[in-house]
Amino acid sequence: MALIIGVPKETAADEKRVATVPDVVEKLIKLGFSVAVQSGAGDAANFGDDTYLAAGAEVVPNAAELWAKSDIIFKVRAPSPEEVGHLREGGTLISFIWPAQNPELMQLLAGRRATVLAIDSLPRQLSRAQKMDALTSMAGISGYRAVIEAANAFGRFFNGQITAAGKIPPAKVFIAGAGVAGLAAIGTAANLGAIVRANDTRAEVADQVVSLGGEFVKVDYEEEGSGGGGYAKVMSEGFQQAQREMYAKQAKEADIIITTALIPGKPAPKLITAAMVESMKPGSVIVDMAGEQGGNCELTVPGQAVVRHGVTIIGYTDLVSRLAKQSSTLYSTNLLRVTEELCKTKDGVVNVNMDDDAIRGLTVIKEGSITWPPPPPKLPAVAPPKPAAVAAAPKGHGHGAGEPMTAKSLATVFGVGALAFLLVGLYAPATFLSHFTVFVLACFVGYMVVWNVTPALHTPLMSVTNAISSIIAIGALVQIAPPLAGAGADRPSQLILGMAFFALALTAINMFGGFAVTRRMLAMFRK
Amino acid sequence: MTASLATVSYIGATILFILSLGGLANPETARRGNVLGIIGMAIAVLATVLGPRVTPAGYAWIVGALVVGGSIGLFAAKKVQMTQMPELVALMHSLVGLAACLVGFASYVDTSTVFPTEAEKSIHEMEIYIGILIGAVTFSGSVIAFGKLSGKIGGKPLLLPGRHWLNLAGLLIVIWFGHAFLNAHSIQDGLTPLLVMTVVALLFGVHMVMAIGGADMPVVVSMLNSYSGWAAAATGFMLSNDLLIVVGALVGSSGAILSYIMCRAMNRNFISVIAGGFGTGGGAAPAAGGAQPAGEVTPISALETAELLREAKNVIIVPGYGMAVAQAQHTVYEITKLLREKGVNVRFGIHPVAGRMPGHMNVLLAEAKVPYDIVLEMDELNEDFPKTDVAMVIGANDIVNPAAQDDPTSPIAGMPVLEVWKAQTSIVMKRSMASGYAGVDNPLFYKDNNRMLFGDAKKMLDEVLAALRS
Repeated sequence: MALIIGVPKETAADEKRVATVPDVVEKLIKLGFSVAVQSGAGDAANFGDDTYLAAGAEVVPNAAELWAKSDIIFKVRAPSPEEVGHLREGGTLISFIWPAQNPELMQLLAGRRATVLAIDSLPRQLSRAQKMDALTSMAGISGYRAVIEAANAFGRFFNGQITAAGKIPPAKVFIAGAGVAGLAAIGTAANLGAIVRANDTRAEVADQVVSLGGEFVKVDYEEEGSGGGGYAKVMSEGFQQAQREMYAKQAKEADIIITTALIPGKPAPKLITAAMVESMKPGSVIVDMAGEQGGNCELTVPGQAVVRHGVTIIGYTDLVSRLAKQSSTLYSTNLLRVTEELCKTKDGVVNVNMDDDAIRGLTVIKEGSITWPPPPPKLPAVAPPKPAAVAAAPKGHGHGAGEPMTAKSLATVFGVGALAFLLVGLYAPATFLSHFTVFVLACFVGYMVVWNVTPALHTPLMSVTNAISSIIAIGALVQIAPPLAGAGADRPSQLILGMAFFALALTAINMFGGFAVTRRMLAMFRK
Repeated sequence: MTASLATVSYIGATILFILSLGGLANPETARRGNVLGIIGMAIAVLATVLGPRVTPAGYAWIVGALVVGGSIGLFAAKKVQMTQMPELVALMHSLVGLAACLVGFASYVDTSTVFPTEAEKSIHEMEIYIGILIGAVTFSGSVIAFGKLSGKIGGKPLLLPGRHWLNLAGLLIVIWFGHAFLNAHSIQDGLTPLLVMTVVALLFGVHMVMAIGGADMPVVVSMLNSYSGWAAAATGFMLSNDLLIVVGALVGSSGAILSYIMCRAMNRNFISVIAGGFGTGGGAAPAAGGAQPAGEVTPISALETAELLREAKNVIIVPGYGMAVAQAQHTVYEITKLLREKGVNVRFGIHPVAGRMPGHMNVLLAEAKVPYDIVLEMDELNEDFPKTDVAMVIGANDIVNPAAQDDPTSPIAGMPVLEVWKAQTSIVMKRSMASGYAGVDNPLFYKDNNRMLFGDAKKMLDEVLAALRS
């Protein structure tokens, strides 16, 4: 029987998003589910009840009724204790949960024998999980909105202009943390025309910063800051000292600072001190996107915009909700992708397959038993060693001789060579040696000459060497009718003539055919 | 013509051959290189015919053989299609091998050569023995390679149980009969071991090439190229002819270098290619690990492909054997021309082992008149993929497989590949979802930015071309 997906109205203050938009309702129905939406759930995000009805959903007047009739609940924010009380015994819930920060909630949910998929627990390093990654889609939106908020509070243009009324310098924006949100902010600010600088403890994001039009500011201290799962880790004291100096310098120069630094499970690092704020130009703006985790700036008041030392410090924690229509659309698409993974049969029945790495990571409670944290995923994080391997690959034109051999293998080669030559010298007669000399030298000449052949011409090279190897015709020629000096009285001349004739004909095929086909091929190469 | 004059002519021919190979270094001088080779060959043949070792009684035979063979050769060279070049080259290698065998036998039964010492006679016989050995292996190996390349024999490697032991046994038999051959008192006595060895060598050649998979064909073809050179060099030793030795050594080392380049392009050990079977060495089944790529493939139509190409600024086309099979190179060029007229920067990325012989793709594109300065090697443009809007893969698989970089358990791990997945969008043209010669599934197909255009490459490209024109 098809399960019912219920979409309640979000109850958290300032939360304007809705977990499912009408477009996604249609797709869920195609997957075989029925969808019920609480009346007014989408109002704040500009999706009216009628649009849900038109998409085929049932609109339910109040929360209690909706929770009671739904098998699966799609939500944005983690449910309140009251909402958990509504959840049907043994029901399924998909939403943000933050299990590490909310142990009591986890106990409550487990008490309802619920199955809970925490969208924030998705193993983000799996590339096929990207389509379900709501953290990324939400972070992108908040990065964009952070710049918009900054522009709103900032008293000048972002882009530099030269007008009849005077020259306007471009705004200087400094962005701390180049994660998804930071990168979105870099792109948005650069598109508005500002000069954008950014910093991150993970050196590998420098390229991404540059690709979006920003400039990467390095901390003058050697330490690798990748902490796995796409997050940064806590850095050493020496590094932090160097980092503080760099921030102090940027604070003096920048008009706008946007901070996005988060470390999982820990309060946000205090990157911007009160003294740095004081050193900023009056009218500058700081957008602290880490407000919810305490903020990256010492003077941030979470959830509010305040003015300190003439600098506007924006600590809004609802940046995503301020773009409710966009974020609801992306979030509900992420949930749709999760649903597709859960319901591969497209018959409206979910299967929480714990052998699937992505599903295993998402599922924090399975039928009442807490399954969080998940075991480390089977796939190793292969990314770090890879760049080195790629860099080691030979560069430059053609093939060259590659890197020089190690002393050990060189010694082996020389040793074997010397031994072979010794044996030849001991046993071979003088006439053989003169031929041998020619042979060895010719091998080297061939080696030197052929290395220079461009790979595009390898096929002509083969056909021309093939034609040249028909030089063996000379062997046949000298056997056809040699001047006989009496000694070969019992020579089977007829047999030899036959064989030599046949051999000569064969090599002639090669000789003429090989050169002709090479000629034909080479005539085609043109600039 | 005196003996000295003949020798001097040989030196001249040798120089011309070296210059000929050197001329192939780039396309501008390559045509001259070929002409130099022809002149060198003409000098060598004429000097021999007019020299002291050939009496006028043989002239008629020589002209007859050259006319018969030459006309067959010229006819074949005119008729052959560019996609069939690997077959033709393999077939021609077999001729050199067979000729080396014949010359060896003829030299053995020839009683007119006299040797001052016993040691020189032994050396001479050893040279005959080795010359025939290499010639026979080249001959039978090339015939099998020809069969595989032309599809007359299946491309899958044939792996006999205990094949390494079989080869070892063959080697021991060859050494044993070599001993018997050298100790034979009369020519009749020596003929039996010689014939047994020839049969063993022929079987060895068959066995060796049968065990090699289709993806390793470029290595095999260049290896046989090398063998045919060594066969000529061995014949040179046998006949005490320095010209043969020099040219044989040139060809031999050239083929050896090509084999080495091909092996390096596949990140494979030369020995393991020769020992045969792709990915069978370690015994690890590729599908067993957690490497099975999951996800969905996104198909695309020819119309949408044309749309993507039209809106792109940078396009890289990666051709593979599939393009050769479908004979699609001319359509590819038409598309390229159209796009270039619209100002799109179209380039070709050639993997060293794309196709069935070294440089196969370059020849096909040259045939279709694609200018060679937009045909680039893997190393030259691999870094440009992130800046590329559309990467179009035509009938290639293993050479664009990201598993070679990402999955250490993959049988092709470590093989250098063209990084098409780094382009904005990659389009893979393929007949079906079947895996490549290496038998490895390709995670590229499941990437979010990859689109699959299923169907025959020629037919699909024709549709793309039509859509671009409209």
